[in-house]
Amino acid sequence: MNNNAVHPSTAELVSAAKTFGGEPTLVVPCTDASQASGAEGMGAGSIIAAKSAAFTHYDASAWATALDAVVPQGTIITSASPQSKDMAARLAARRNIAVVQDAVSIEGNNITSPVYSGKAMQTVAATGPVVISVRSNVFAAATGGASDATVIDTDGDVATSVQEFMARASERLDVAEANIVISGGRGMGSPENFAHLEAVADTIGAAVGASRAAVDTWEAIPHAMQVGQTGKTVNPNLYIAVGISGAIQHLAGMRSSKYIVAINKDADAPIFQHADYGIVATWEEALPVLHESLKGMMG
Amino acid sequence: MPNIIVLVKQVPDTNAKIVVNGDRVDLSSVKMVMSPYDEFAVETALQHKEAAGGEVTALTVGGASAEKILKDAKAIGVDHIVRIDADGEMDSNALQTVLAQAVNNLGGEVVYCGKSAADTGAGSTGPGLAERMGWASVSNIIGATHDGGLNVVMPIGGGNAKVSVPLPAVVSCDKGDLKVRKPNVKGIMQAKRAKVDVHSIDVPSSSVSIVSHALPPAKPAGKSYEGGAAAAEVATLLRNEANII
Repeated sequence: MNNNAVHPSTAELVSAAKTFGGEPTLVVPCTDASQASGAEGMGAGSIIAAKSAAFTHYDASAWATALDAVVPQGTIITSASPQSKDMAARLAARRNIAVVQDAVSIEGNNITSPVYSGKAMQTVAATGPVVISVRSNVFAAATGGASDATVIDTDGDVATSVQEFMARASERLDVAEANIVISGGRGMGSPENFAHLEAVADTIGAAVGASRAAVDTWEAIPHAMQVGQTGKTVNPNLYIAVGISGAIQHLAGMRSSKYIVAINKDADAPIFQHADYGIVATWEEALPVLHESLKGMMG
Repeated sequence: MPNIIVLVKQVPDTNAKIVVNGDRVDLSSVKMVMSPYDEFAVETALQHKEAAGGEVTALTVGGASAEKILKDAKAIGVDHIVRIDADGEMDSNALQTVLAQAVNNLGGEVVYCGKSAADTGAGSTGPGLAERMGWASVSNIIGATHDGGLNVVMPIGGGNAKVSVPLPAVVSCDKGDLKVRKPNVKGIMQAKRAKVDVHSIDVPSSSVSIVSHALPPAKPAGKSYEGGAAAAEVATLLRNEANII
């Protein structure tokens, strides 16, 4: 669920569930059963609208209790968003079964996930029911299937309480959620120069990220922008790295991006080994050209 | 005065190259360190103690080689260091069962851990342990205050929220704005002399086991260009070849 709507990637989870055979049940946690209508046509054999006031704010223990009461026994598939991974772990523990996170492939009972920050892939075999979180953009979206949800009331004791909500200062997209990310490194020269990245980002609807070196060097670049091992892991369709050398710690956070563009003045920068399109140039030379071309395309 | 426990895990240095030999990763020549997010957990646990009193115990599960990270935690100020002597592969269910037993035995009231370990990246241990203990949990926190109860700052769709957390609870820590303290000479000397409490706990069998490791599929070599003017061609390729723009 995202803003009280069923997330479109949910249909990918149904495909993942179907690899185990049978007709998966799609469970929609909601505060109002009408919110489950978004689960129509996502390929599920049946839909349960799990209705509870406990689903108003995320509270791990209440959600685990409320979901456990309605989710059928057997293997459970969730998305691999931070909140879903948290819930996957709690649900698995509640049922005394194991959890496997960040799956990028399911073949029979073999489940493959990246480990060591994507530096290796690990395949595990499950001998019984498990909870599996599945990365987005891996499985095709399922279609058809059930359209009517069965409403089941459920509940859990909410333990934590939100005291204050601080909306993000900028309207800018979060790097972890964006389809396109443009990131700057120390090669940008100064934090003020990130305005040039923001201008490109505004043109193509991208989020702006940064390397650890940039975050550590300049106070004006917040940790929330950091992509990499001790920052955020991103999986966008397009990642544009500007003035970033490509340290292992940065690659760990973005190497699974579908397309990677690198702009760096150093032809030997490791980022070029991972780039689909590498441009050896200073950002001052390349970025304005890129921006103008993209502007032309976006009309 | 809370009995504070912090979970720490030994992992390969995050800058290390990972080698696969046959169908298993080979870590024999890799330097092992405390998982980076666990350092934030240790720092947060120490700040909790400074604000509210009590004692901090660093807890790990592993073989004798894992004691180095316990000494690292001792050097920056934890009171007790405990190792559960269990080596080898465990699925999440087995590991969390062992940890729940250990936290019970130690009488823990609040447990801090990293948001995920740098080897698996799973992030299952904190919330899974909390569920087994019947405790509250919050994950991926980026800040915490400890006067007048535990309040954390954590990301919630579209922003951050200040959330109050009743104890007992498990708290998993992201980086946030924390600066992790460095050990001083006195701390290093104390850590050298410190004795690790070693305990044994029966490890339940695992239902998930590793079949193989492999390097990620190699990416075909990309196109490379010299000079900023080429950016125009790259933009065209992003539209016509990659179908993104």
